[in-house]
Amino acid sequence: MAKIIVVTSGKGGVGKTTSSAAISSGLAMRGKKTAVIDFDIGLRNLDLIMNCERRVVYDFVNVINGEATLRQALIKDKRCPNLFILPASQTRDKDALSQEGVEKVLLELADDGFEFIICDSPAGIEHGAFMALYFADAAIVVANPEVSSVRDSDRILGILQSKSRAAEQGKTVEEMLLLTRYNPERVAKGEMLGVEDVEEILATKLLGVIPESETVLKASNQGTPVIHDEDSPAGQAYADAVARLLGEEVEHRFIAVEQKGLFSRLFRRSA
Amino acid sequence: MRIFDYFRNTKKETASIAKERLQIIVAHERSQRNQPDYLPKLQQELLAVIRKYVEIEQDDIDVQIDKNGDCSVLELNITLPG
Repeated sequence: MAKIIVVTSGKGGVGKTTSSAAISSGLAMRGKKTAVIDFDIGLRNLDLIMNCERRVVYDFVNVINGEATLRQALIKDKRCPNLFILPASQTRDKDALSQEGVEKVLLELADDGFEFIICDSPAGIEHGAFMALYFADAAIVVANPEVSSVRDSDRILGILQSKSRAAEQGKTVEEMLLLTRYNPERVAKGEMLGVEDVEEILATKLLGVIPESETVLKASNQGTPVIHDEDSPAGQAYADAVARLLGEEVEHRFIAVEQKGLFSRLFRRSA
Repeated sequence: MRIFDYFRNTKKETASIAKERLQIIVAHERSQRNQPDYLPKLQQELLAVIRKYVEIEQDDIDVQIDKNGDCSVLELNITLPG
């Protein structure tokens, strides 16, 4: 049975698409047949982050309208054989996503043997975001350690537990918090909300903490999801999050300030 | 060095200000979250009725619904002047 996971946040620019790309790639790298769907109709970007923007022929709305088959629209990832991308439509408006149409696509993916379906939500709480979360079994709420992002995350958690299909059926959507752009040095100085603070306010299980890292921008520049960069702390943190998603117990890393070695301590003034 | 630390500690860290502000606003918004959609309109109409008799401000009226098991309680708080 396919597990449908929405990657959502309410606020824009916190790392939903970056996280969707990294996590779907990570699941595929772990051998899971995974589809990642861009729900941001009119503002598609997942294709760029996954470096398949020039291979888009048909999109999500084409499939819903019966203008293309799902098979024609799915783009096979060049790096992970188990990963398929369904791009958003760039030309239509967001109302083109009908609830029946979205359900039909999700059911067809499940029938095709997909184990994970990652729904990359647009920002906001309008139709596209609502469609992305409506059918979800689980939600990854992406937040930055910053007031507006945390508040919007709480709002989206409320919508998940009241407006999703699971909620309508009296069930709960599994919630997971992914804290991105985390800077342990600033947390230590009291300039940034810490993991415990955000966990306490949102009362949500922590899936992972992604440290702020230059490698994230470098990865998006090249269209290589950052999880492929195994030397990067951000890439490693995403790999840990994927392992937790698969039920493994992995200790959280990159939360505390890294102890500098003797060499860098000696030379810190010249550095 | 000590004296600088002393000054730094007397000023409240911005992260703890952020946390406090968030705790307050999030608690407030959660309390409103499960309120029925008709509540704002009900509040407006109640306000209009009371204003026929007593001059009160928008903020003087507080309408809330509390769920207790299988029954709900409509709580109405109106502050009258003087």
